Amino acid sequence: MFNLRLHEVSLGYGERTVLHDISLEAKPEEMLGIIGPNGSGKSTLIRGITRLISPNSGQILLDGHDVATMSRTDLARLVAVVPQNPVLPGLFTAFEVVLMGRTPHLGLLRHEGEKDLAIVRRAMEATQTVAFTDRRIGELSGGERQRLTIARALAQEPKILLLDEPTAHLDINYQMETLDLARELCREQGLIVVATLHDLNLAAQYCDRLVMLSDGRIYCHGTPEAVINARTIKEVYGAEVYVFRHPVNNLPATLIVSEKDRNKLRQKSV
Amino acid sequence: MPLELLKDATAPKAGTTYPLHWRGRLYAIVGLVLLLGVVVLVTSAIGSTDIPLSTLCQVLLAKLPLIDVKPTWAISVETIFFDIRLPRLLLAGLVGAALAVAGVTYQGLFRNPLADPYLIGVAQGAALGAVVGFLLPTSWQAASVPLLAFAGALLAVMVVYSIARVGKTLPMTTLILAGVALGAFLAAITSYLMIASGEKLHGIIFWLLGTFSLTSWWQVTMVIPYVLVGTIIIWLHARPLNVMQLDEEQAQQLGMNVEQIKLILLVAATLITAAAVCFCGIIGFVGIIIPHAVRLIWGPDHRFLLPLSTLAGASFLILADTAARTLLAPTEIPVGVITAFLGAPFFLYLLRQKKRAVF
Repeated sequence: MFNLRLHEVSLGYGERTVLHDISLEAKPEEMLGIIGPNGSGKSTLIRGITRLISPNSGQILLDGHDVATMSRTDLARLVAVVPQNPVLPGLFTAFEVVLMGRTPHLGLLRHEGEKDLAIVRRAMEATQTVAFTDRRIGELSGGERQRLTIARALAQEPKILLLDEPTAHLDINYQMETLDLARELCREQGLIVVATLHDLNLAAQYCDRLVMLSDGRIYCHGTPEAVINARTIKEVYGAEVYVFRHPVNNLPATLIVSEKDRNKLRQKSV
Repeated sequence: MPLELLKDATAPKAGTTYPLHWRGRLYAIVGLVLLLGVVVLVTSAIGSTDIPLSTLCQVLLAKLPLIDVKPTWAISVETIFFDIRLPRLLLAGLVGAALAVAGVTYQGLFRNPLADPYLIGVAQGAALGAVVGFLLPTSWQAASVPLLAFAGALLAVMVVYSIARVGKTLPMTTLILAGVALGAFLAAITSYLMIASGEKLHGIIFWLLGTFSLTSWWQVTMVIPYVLVGTIIIWLHARPLNVMQLDEEQAQQLGMNVEQIKLILLVAATLITAAAVCFCGIIGFVGIIIPHAVRLIWGPDHRFLLPLSTLAGASFLILADTAARTLLAPTEIPVGVITAFLGAPFFLYLLRQKKRAVF
């Protein structure tokens, strides 16, 4: 089975090491969530898997092949990224931007054929972006652009989909739709989906496994039930929260408590 | 269930239309080719001696094999057309095409709508290189002038790029400031060299303002290979240039070797800029007017933007040069004056439009 494996990976920029000794594995049909506070190295991990930066030590393996020895094109055929804040050229149409997802399949000089256009069309149907096919990027909202970027990633026909804060600019409905789509892709297409998430509730609801990063190291990992509790969140995020079980599916749900009610929270947890 | 559709993506639906708009854009290319033909024909009829269009057509037909046209025109007409006007037209067309293509390429590479060989100092770098070349012994000039122009241009673009870059982006303000400042600095050195060298470079002042007045066939044959090679290389990279409009990280994540493509395109655009400058001096604003006009009408896809700008640039500079040689005839105006006269207001207009994200 195709898999993504990180073996004692350290990643950083120049002298500064951001991630230390990360070992983890992601399998098809499984959604892996990366959580952790700001600056804990979530985005760096994604940049490492797509080889924007190279590991200082350790290996990142796709199906046993070291990413460091693969060509960029081969890598882009296997791994697609939905970046956090993508720059998209304002005058291009939505369709043209999704079409760019075919780049790794075309090489330098070939142009898109009927097959590529059909794949793009379907990626747009899956992300419900067909309605603005001919609209210019500059006219679209943040949420629409986000879905287009997902469509572009699907057009790459990857085996691994990396989502960097996929819900950052979305309202609650599109947050759910985006992650519903990610999970559907994961289950039905057998994609490996790795998502970095700020929202602990989304992480708990959608991910099969979570990796919690703290200061560039894996603090803990496992099922949402094992990872998300008041103690880990206090230790890693420094935030006092109230964690209970979601009444519908029994998954951990995190509630914030404002400053003035912290005393009540402490009494309750004791 | 949209996902059902994804699974069987290899079989295109019959009769589905895809919004690439190839057809309309192909018509535009054909239209601009015809326009260029008309421009060449009409402008070669205009001049100190007007040649009637009908005569011109006969002269041209007579040159074709298998067609027998009795010469009813003075021999001087043929001389004027073939030895004076045609090379001048061709050179103006080549240079216009070159500057427009270079403009599109710099704008695409820097993801900055105001990048133009003149505004970012590349043209001034090429001019300085060329002037240094003219100062060398005459026997070296044929090789040294283009080579030094190319070196000067390449150096200028690298200096401007490294100064103007802020983090991962190349903001409009710093690019233009760095380009204008470096351009002025290089132009000052060029002026100093020309004055210090005395009579030797006297004629170059007119050249520096941009002119086609001294064109003969040897310049055309010198420029063609550089412009042709540079333009073909750039055209071949049209689709990668589209992808480059995303930021560089996304382009890499889409499998592109960004550094390599940047280097190839930068060298090619600089090569054609240098070729244009060393034979006709500094002609500003072509690289900004033409690409913008084309982008506004036919969109930003470089696969069309590049060929359309090439054709439009050629027509535009031929027309500008015709104005330069006829407006104050028999006095010639440097063509750079004409393009600046048209281009500078357009540039200011674009600066004002910046808020509305022209790019």
